[in-house]
Amino acid sequence: MATKRTLLLNLAHARSGDKGDTVNVGVIARRPEAYPLLKATLTPERVKAHFEGLCKGKVERFEMDNIGALNFLLHESLGGGGTKSLQTDAQGKTFAAAMLRMEVEAPEELL
Amino acid sequence: MKSSIRIGAAQGFWGDRVDAPLDLARHGRCDYLMLDYLAEVTMSILQRQKLKDPSLGYAKDFPGVAAGLAPYLEKGLKVLTNAGGVNPEACAEAVAAALKRAGMAHVKVGVVTGDDILAHLDPLLASGESLKNMESGEPLTGVLDRVVSANVYFGAAPLVEALAQGAQVVVAGRVTDTALTLAPMVHEFGWSMEDYGLIAAGTVAGHIMECGAQASGGNFAAAWEEVPDMARIGYPVAEAYPDGTFVITKPEDLGGLVSLATVKEQILYELGDPRRYISPDCVIDFTTIRLDADGPNRVKVSGVVGGPPTETYKVSVAYRDGWKASGTLTYTWPDALKKARKAAEILEARFAHLGLQFEEVLFEHLGVNACHGPLAKVADESAVNEVVFRVAVRGQDKKSVDAFGYEIAPLILDGPPSVTGFAGGRPKASEIIAYWPALLGKKSVAPAVRIVEA
Repeated sequence: MATKRTLLLNLAHARSGDKGDTVNVGVIARRPEAYPLLKATLTPERVKAHFEGLCKGKVERFEMDNIGALNFLLHESLGGGGTKSLQTDAQGKTFAAAMLRMEVEAPEELL
Repeated sequence: MKSSIRIGAAQGFWGDRVDAPLDLARHGRCDYLMLDYLAEVTMSILQRQKLKDPSLGYAKDFPGVAAGLAPYLEKGLKVLTNAGGVNPEACAEAVAAALKRAGMAHVKVGVVTGDDILAHLDPLLASGESLKNMESGEPLTGVLDRVVSANVYFGAAPLVEALAQGAQVVVAGRVTDTALTLAPMVHEFGWSMEDYGLIAAGTVAGHIMECGAQASGGNFAAAWEEVPDMARIGYPVAEAYPDGTFVITKPEDLGGLVSLATVKEQILYELGDPRRYISPDCVIDFTTIRLDADGPNRVKVSGVVGGPPTETYKVSVAYRDGWKASGTLTYTWPDALKKARKAAEILEARFAHLGLQFEEVLFEHLGVNACHGPLAKVADESAVNEVVFRVAVRGQDKKSVDAFGYEIAPLILDGPPSVTGFAGGRPKASEIIAYWPALLGKKSVAPAVRIVEA
């Protein structure tokens, strides 16, 4: 099967939000056929490595087969969180977009 | 019993579009409107307003919003809100007064109180409740003298009680955002609070609705350019049925978009473990949610499974935790980034020279990588046309944070060239009101409900 290197942006969409110093990033397959690839590719280790420098704690992953989505919790990512954070993105609103910067190998028919 | 009801989400936070409630009433064919005003930080802001003036401490917009809805209240519209903040009584009285002035004195205003436990912290701690921080595990006693507000998150029960007492406008303080959508369903369909499948379904509806237009085309990552008329975006409407199924939709003649993708994005918003979504009313398994397209701008939600709630309420405590300030300067080509880095170096040297110590100092390059950090790669630094250099500091000593504010503007005359964009005076220290999430046994506290006289 021919594969192609592509941005996760082309396979998924995402939304992120905060809970204290933790950011949650929900990643949703644009097409149901892409979901198994997301599951296989977006391991917590891979996501932790991707967010190096932004996420200082552990990364947890939860699967939602019912809507073809993965939910990630990125701990210690907001410089204390909430009102304490000095960051422009104090609530992790743009972490979803940052996630979609990831480069992945995908079968051509999924693109 | 009605065969279905329509609930509109007319406000996603305090600061949301002020004409949204009237737009929804006018175009949404709603039986109910729910207005969520409270985020974690909002309660502490409101508490400080109340400390300055005991008649304040609630979302001041709401009484006017309620009065503006008079023609629709006349036709039977009901409204639920947590606009009461830390002073729901004063809010409800202001609403009743505003309605009276609008010739609507016959509209019953209900108020939910009892969530404010600030005055009871000492006896609660003495009785063995630790109110320890859910994240760090520390006991509350360590910050007790700095606590500004403390509120329990109530569920739908007191709102349902207010509706049962005939309230047409229900004002609460810290109830969960989701309860504002769930309560009308429980009231209209006669659901038992122990029928956890139904309670879970109504709570999922509340979760999808609680951020307003974020479910109907706002902040939509999948295809934002395809969202019609964001200037008049239609806020979401839940069309709910007695069996717990519901349809997320929006007013047909306003902008926005409801699709499987918009609803999925909102389902994931601020979600933790999807198998254990904990509300005061139930624990929900979000992996059981079934979504089906149901025509244009309609998504049907069914299959929600839930179980009994936990023995505790979540408590939101706010406490004073130091000071912070930030300032910006704009550097342009040539070498915009190099100049910004030099400015950071100069500031650090100034802090050392002046003996200013902070818990944290942060330098950001807005327009380059302030949000995505190392993930935002700069291929060619010389091609950066301009950068907003932002510096922020945090510390326990207010004087040091204020002294930092004197160090930004001088860089215009004393630092690297082609710099501009300093306006608005010296940055001033603002107090940090930090958030302390805790749990409290449900037996330790009880809500109270009454109808307010205008």
